[in-house]
Amino acid sequence: MSEQPVLVDGDNLGPPSRPPEEINQEYGLGAKAASLVAALIIPFILVSFYFSFLFLKDEDAHKGLKVILAVVVGTVGAWGLYWGFDKLIDRLPRAAANAARPFLFVGPAMVLLTFYLIYPAVNTLFLSLQNRDSSEFVGLDNFNTVFTESQYQIGIRNSILWVLVVPAAALVIGFGFATLVDQLGKKTESATKSMIFMPMAISFVGASVVFTFIYSFRPEGFGEQIGLLNAVKVGLGGEPTSWLAQQPWNNLYLMVILIWLQTGFSMVILSSAIKGVPIELIEAARIDGASEWKVFTRITIPTIKSTIVVVWTTVIITVWKVFDIVWVMTGGRDGTQVVAQQMVQEFFTNRNNGVGAALAVLMFIAIIPILIINIRRFKAEEAMR
Amino acid sequence: MTTTIDTPDDVTESGEPEIYAPTRAKRAAFPVYLSVFVFTAIWMVPTVGLLVNSFRDPSDIRESGWWTALANPFDTAQWTLDNYTRVLDEGFSNAFLNTLAVAIPSTIIPIMIAAFAAYAFAWMDFPGRNFLFIVVVGLMVVPLQMALIPILRVYTNVDLTGTYPAVWLAHAGFGLPLAVYLLRNYMGSLPGSMIESARIDGADHFAIFTRLILPLSVPVLASFAIFQFLWTWNDYLVALVFLGIDPDKRVLTVELADLAGRGEGALNLLPAAAFVTMVLPLVVFFSLQRYFVRGLTAGSVKG
Repeated sequence: MSEQPVLVDGDNLGPPSRPPEEINQEYGLGAKAASLVAALIIPFILVSFYFSFLFLKDEDAHKGLKVILAVVVGTVGAWGLYWGFDKLIDRLPRAAANAARPFLFVGPAMVLLTFYLIYPAVNTLFLSLQNRDSSEFVGLDNFNTVFTESQYQIGIRNSILWVLVVPAAALVIGFGFATLVDQLGKKTESATKSMIFMPMAISFVGASVVFTFIYSFRPEGFGEQIGLLNAVKVGLGGEPTSWLAQQPWNNLYLMVILIWLQTGFSMVILSSAIKGVPIELIEAARIDGASEWKVFTRITIPTIKSTIVVVWTTVIITVWKVFDIVWVMTGGRDGTQVVAQQMVQEFFTNRNNGVGAALAVLMFIAIIPILIINIRRFKAEEAMR
Repeated sequence: MTTTIDTPDDVTESGEPEIYAPTRAKRAAFPVYLSVFVFTAIWMVPTVGLLVNSFRDPSDIRESGWWTALANPFDTAQWTLDNYTRVLDEGFSNAFLNTLAVAIPSTIIPIMIAAFAAYAFAWMDFPGRNFLFIVVVGLMVVPLQMALIPILRVYTNVDLTGTYPAVWLAHAGFGLPLAVYLLRNYMGSLPGSMIESARIDGADHFAIFTRLILPLSVPVLASFAIFQFLWTWNDYLVALVFLGIDPDKRVLTVELADLAGRGEGALNLLPAAAFVTMVLPLVVFFSLQRYFVRGLTAGSVKG
């Protein structure tokens, strides 16, 4: 961030020729009044927060009213607090004010992040070393369970398969499609891209229901097939298959749902990257007699390499956390369990905080390489600014 | 579905005259058109099938595939809205309102908090600035699962489980890293000279932020808002954990998952129910796609 200009309070408060006292006189009265208002408004906002909160917790209160109250009191109140404290900081000596003000700006965000992400992460780490109701310290027993019992081993295996298959498939299909539509007219390109991208707006639960009517299975003699795949298979003279019970392929069938959802994302990002490849480079290569394939592998791919990494890692993060699809489609039965879904299951269904926390920690540790990649990428970007 | 994705304007932005664009690749041949068409069709089939099914007679849904209805689409007797009325009567209208009640504050709360923080990260100097921002970048990938148990425990202790504020604050907290990251990158790219001259005119940080930076940041605020709205609307895990399965409070995803879990008995209601959950995100998506795409491209990571 070194290149970025930074403004320090007091550097430029007025034209440099004017002495500071003069400025203080000029703004003095208004500033005093403002900080008086601030001193009054802060307690008022805090009290109204408290009472709104009681109302929001009230089970019988009207739902719409709650939302309106939350939005109005929340935004106006939060705004008033930022403003009020800013005015109070104005009253501090200049050096102290300059030191304090940034923390007023970042403070609330950091508090929220600490409470909702940092503290729970540390706490989960401790819970993973305790027994199911967190009453006893058990060392690494939970991790031992997770790594040795076959149901968890299968879960870990499946999660790894998801991470290997889904991002790669979304990337290859998305890339292929982006390259194809790049050659079409603008209107066709936009329309078809919208259609591929559309599943991004659908929830994982919704997508699972969508695919229920693809994978649905009825044993022979129990009526017509209402699932598309079995209808096609029977139509071609085959026997219906219970796709979601067919191990180990059922994992792949579940992955297809997520590939369907994520391909649009990778296609849109890669498409804009492809369009950013300098045209002179491509033209020059063509003039030198390079084939389209050579242009693609030697110019396009190396140029957009960093975008490919971004898409890849982003899809990996999504895949790694997906529990909804497995939860709704199979509930983890027939060898389809994944770590993210087992974590929720341990935590809720089996009420085993220890193993649940251990699975969460496992999920976190596995994602650390991507965390490092992201921070490195961020630092590189900052260095280029 | 008339709105379309903007073809990114990088080509012109990078100074290339647009006239070069057609030579980017050799002219599209018929096989290209055909494969794009087939591919798009395959991608559409699941959703179209569901839509067709949702308007069919309940017994038809159970007894035959949706494609059979397309054999004679003008046989109006087979089309009905019954599924939708039944689904809405059976809790989905309530769940729709619940989801709105969850998603709107969950979208608005983090924006302001993130904007203040992003401004500080971009334009203020303070000890630990780089370190704190790197923490934010890191937090973007922390799996939600890591946070569930401890937060639920705290919520239970302060009697907050199952209330709206519980979900709002959780969504705000989980969405914050991405918001701060996106907004900070955008605000940091605004010209420093402009801010400098505002300061020379005597504006303090608060005034610069509210009168200059915020109005200029509307596009990125919109991107994040759409992103966060779709995220919270479609979320299942956070709502399930912090709001619960109490029929009064269920959000759409929880209601739909419950319906899907009932098996064959509820099969005829599933397509209509799924569409009820999908309709608003799809409208938001198709009408505001440009902002959504911009948000995705700008910071394509979310924890």
